[in-house]
Amino acid sequence: IVKQLVFSNLTIGYRCDSHLDSCMATLTTVGETSVCPLIPGLIQREGGSMEQEMGELRRYRTQSISRGEFALSDSFYFYRKGLESIVDDQVTQRFSSEELVSWNLLTRTNHNFHYISLRLTIIWGLGVIIRYCVLFPLRITLAIIGLSWLVIGTTLVGFLPKNRVKTWLSELVHLMCYRICARGLSATIQYHNKENKPQKGGICVANHTSPIDIVILANDGCYAMVGQCHGGLMGVIQRSMVRSCPHVWFERSEMRDRHAVTSRLRAHVAAKTNLPILIFPEGTCINNTSVMMFKKGSFEIGGTIYPVAIKYDPRFGDAFWNSAKYNMVSYLLRMMTSWAIVVNVWYLPPMTREEGEDAAQFANRVKSAIAHQGGLLDMAWDGSLKRDKVKEEFKEQQQKMYSSMVVGKKRRKSETFRKDNQDTVILE
Amino acid sequence: MGSRASTLLREEEIEEIKKETGFSHSQITRLYSRFTSLDKGENGTLSREDFQRIPELAINPLGDRIINAFFPEGEDQVNFRGFMRTLAHFRPIEDNEKNKDPTASEPLNSRTNKLLFAFRLYDLDRDDKISRDELLQVLRMMVGLNMFVSQVLRMMVGLNMFVSQVLRMMVGVNISDEQLGSIADRTIQEADQNGDNSISFNEFIKVLEKVDVEQKMSIRFLH
Repeated sequence: IVKQLVFSNLTIGYRCDSHLDSCMATLTTVGETSVCPLIPGLIQREGGSMEQEMGELRRYRTQSISRGEFALSDSFYFYRKGLESIVDDQVTQRFSSEELVSWNLLTRTNHNFHYISLRLTIIWGLGVIIRYCVLFPLRITLAIIGLSWLVIGTTLVGFLPKNRVKTWLSELVHLMCYRICARGLSATIQYHNKENKPQKGGICVANHTSPIDIVILANDGCYAMVGQCHGGLMGVIQRSMVRSCPHVWFERSEMRDRHAVTSRLRAHVAAKTNLPILIFPEGTCINNTSVMMFKKGSFEIGGTIYPVAIKYDPRFGDAFWNSAKYNMVSYLLRMMTSWAIVVNVWYLPPMTREEGEDAAQFANRVKSAIAHQGGLLDMAWDGSLKRDKVKEEFKEQQQKMYSSMVVGKKRRKSETFRKDNQDTVILE
Repeated sequence: MGSRASTLLREEEIEEIKKETGFSHSQITRLYSRFTSLDKGENGTLSREDFQRIPELAINPLGDRIINAFFPEGEDQVNFRGFMRTLAHFRPIEDNEKNKDPTASEPLNSRTNKLLFAFRLYDLDRDDKISRDELLQVLRMMVGLNMFVSQVLRMMVGLNMFVSQVLRMMVGVNISDEQLGSIADRTIQEADQNGDNSISFNEFIKVLEKVDVEQKMSIRFLH
């Protein structure tokens, strides 16, 4: 009912900018579970590699580009690329919430405010009342019930001796709690390709958008969680969970030692009766429009990888956790006052590392598969660029490419090996 | 109700920017959202660090020069007007603008102004001449500072061809000071017409008269 109310009223009295009109036409109808189209960027990027563009810029010169050398107009290529990235770059936009094509009556997604009509304001007001006064208290109650049952239930199960009954009970308790928590967020989850569900002794990898990903995935199966030990409420939950079935919690000091982490995970995977590990190789939350570089550590453990693609429907609520802007509590409050969380989860067929493939290439292969299935952009940039600076090597790569254009083709024969490597993968 | 972004940008300001730069209303509001999303300090101005946070700009060899172009002489902060004024240079030239009022001042995105923007990126000390040193500086930024092939080869005197080729592969093509120097000399020689060993703005325009500046120094906005 909520969905229909929202959509029927959005088509009335809403003034779009010209480009939005074309996007509205391509929006899917209510009831179809398909992916919302991305807003087109602000500018149209000119294609063409550095060599192509330089060639065009130097066309006015009498010598051909194979002679190499320098032209005053060479710098135009870099100027334009630089200004294009200032106006609209591919990376920084992934660390803030996605902009919607049409407004979904939540203030938080209202970027360019136009006062449209009194009618829309009234509808928005009604929406606020429903969300905060009706839905929110219900959800909070459910969430509290779910979490306390998780703690109590897992502690109780922990008292049993280690046998089949314990495993079965532990799975039951976990599933029940996560399902209650999911209801507490009004999460509507659709699982696709359930035959590919992660098996025991495997590793499940997925794209990361928010901490809620865990609840979403755990609704359909039991996983061994991997993470840091926290204090406070999180710590209580972690300690009680580990009593009923083995999860992998690391102390903060252990996390820095990559070797220790890998060996512990390997030991867990090797015991074939343990639950599949759940890992998010991006290492940080991305805004669900793209998949960023997968850290190769998870792919060095061995074992079978079960990729999972998670795609949230942004029309009902923005699931992305912008940890710079909101802390966990305010994030959860925002989640509980959205319309709903509508998710599509695709289980992809299991993958293993092939002969002659190293961990980084394997990680990329898995990443492309996930991006392709979820309708997300496959990016080679590192998610840690959210906080860190970009490495100098990438600038040096650009400089090397340009140097070869200045030096010219006559020296190229001996450098084809190095140049080929550069051309194919500039960002890795 | 209402978002922070637009409440800070009044209609009159939008009109002024429109007149000054020629961007459309929707382009200005979208660029304002972009400006505020880059402004992490939320004080209405951008600093150099805000620009350097853009990874694609940080790996651009001329990134620092481009960032400098936004900041007026000696200042460390740029406001939205200044931001738009610099971006206006890269607006595509529209046909109907060519027939505008001839007494009005030249628009920021005219061919001459685009070339002036590029000229100023070379001419650091603003003396209206590109000297050999300034040209060398830009060249050095574009080709990088890695170990030079000639230096490596000098070390390998006496070894056979194969090894030096492998070394060249490992070190990469970078260019020695002498080579860059001769490239700079040649460029100035070609462009210089009044014999003062530097390139003035008019000489700059002359050299680049066949380059399609309108297209190469423009960013195509989608709406």
